[in-house]
Amino acid sequence: MSNIITSEDLCLWYSETQALKGISMEIPENSITALIGPSGCGKSTFLKTLNRMNDLVQGVKITGTVKYQGQDIFAPSVDVNLLRRDIGMVFQKPNPFPMSVYDNVAYGPRTHGIRSKARLDEIVEQSLRGAAIWDELKDRLKKSALGLSGGQQQRLCIARALAVGPKVLLMDEPTSALDPISTARIEELAEELKKQYTIVIVTHNMQQAVRISDKTAFFLLGELIEYDDTEKLFSMPQNKKTEDYITGRFG
Amino acid sequence: MRSGFDKQLTELNREMISMGSLCENAIAMSAKALLDGDTALAKKVSELSAQIERKERDIESMCLKLLLQQQPVAKDLRIISSALKMVTDMERIGHQSSDIAEIISLANISAGGDTRYIHDMALSVIKMVTDSIDAFVKKDAATAKSVILYDDVVDDYFDKIKLALIELFSKSGTDGEQTLDLLMIAKYFERIGDHAVNIAKWVLFSITGRHEETLA
Repeated sequence: MSNIITSEDLCLWYSETQALKGISMEIPENSITALIGPSGCGKSTFLKTLNRMNDLVQGVKITGTVKYQGQDIFAPSVDVNLLRRDIGMVFQKPNPFPMSVYDNVAYGPRTHGIRSKARLDEIVEQSLRGAAIWDELKDRLKKSALGLSGGQQQRLCIARALAVGPKVLLMDEPTSALDPISTARIEELAEELKKQYTIVIVTHNMQQAVRISDKTAFFLLGELIEYDDTEKLFSMPQNKKTEDYITGRFG
Repeated sequence: MRSGFDKQLTELNREMISMGSLCENAIAMSAKALLDGDTALAKKVSELSAQIERKERDIESMCLKLLLQQQPVAKDLRIISSALKMVTDMERIGHQSSDIAEIISLANISAGGDTRYIHDMALSVIKMVTDSIDAFVKKDAATAKSVILYDDVVDDYFDKIKLALIELFSKSGTDGEQTLDLLMIAKYFERIGDHAVNIAKWVLFSITGRHEETLA
């Protein structure tokens, strides 16, 4: 399995505060990588750096490199919009736009210049199918997305992310606002999606990391403490800090 | 933050020690019954074996509850899953002690000239069982390894007893049935040693996370 994203000695400061300290990590293609760690450990910052969402934060300074498919994502020649088309993001709280289900999914492709009704219909159906929500929504495409349940909204957001044809999906605690059934749906969906996409997921739910991820990275105070196959990390962690965190001794 | 969980793990340790000491008693009683020709004592071993079986069920349900409630990971997961495997071997130890006792109570045999070896063999397997449980509670890999190596001593006793019994057979007027019973008894002790080795291997797994197939 080849690595789709590679970070090398990545450091990030929010003004004076250093949030990431020398993160070197390789993320394999078509797999699920979970980022765990206590609040403020840098896992979400790392996630957001991968598609340059942190560019929007004032006073951010970044050193080191992140390569996506071998190319430095901070290089001046990189078009951030294209990068974010390839590396999509799903947030903690479902954030559908206040428009119809159809328009939510078609939004991205339209901004990338697709105008054909037939082509958009096709993309909307494919994306909703990909997010395992087509059957539930196919008769409500013109209804407002805000009327959907939380779990449906989150899957709609995943469909919206899929609509622009990404390679990587970044998920920031995508199930923390959902009930157990919706959570199970998203987890199943993630397992299905990794056949075509690479998923990086931040989660506070360690059982979720165990259930769905192939590799797990444990962050603490801005450092990457341990990064290994999920099964190995949760059965025989090499670092005492990892052991202490996952067994609930601190954090 | 996890004081409830830690309390449950301490309780698990306590139960493992208690089951271990029941096993030691069962082995010691069956050996004493043999050496003293005490059939009344032999009958008590089967009661002890039943008690060990109940303890096995108790510890199993305790472990299942821990798995369900705490969803343990890392060392916690290894300790609990090892305990689940260890109680099976401990239950077999109780059962085999009661098998020894049953032979004694039915055949009314005494070890005759071979008391020393049988006695020493029984003491050796008791030591193995004690040490293996001790290693679990203290998370002591060195002791667990020593138990695995100590199995050679028990195997040597078995060979010595076997040779002595062969010699006995060659003499005229030997009670063939009694000799075979003694061989069975020695074999049961040898098997108990093997179960102690299994226990020690699970102790090592709970500490290192690796299965030690050979320790050369």
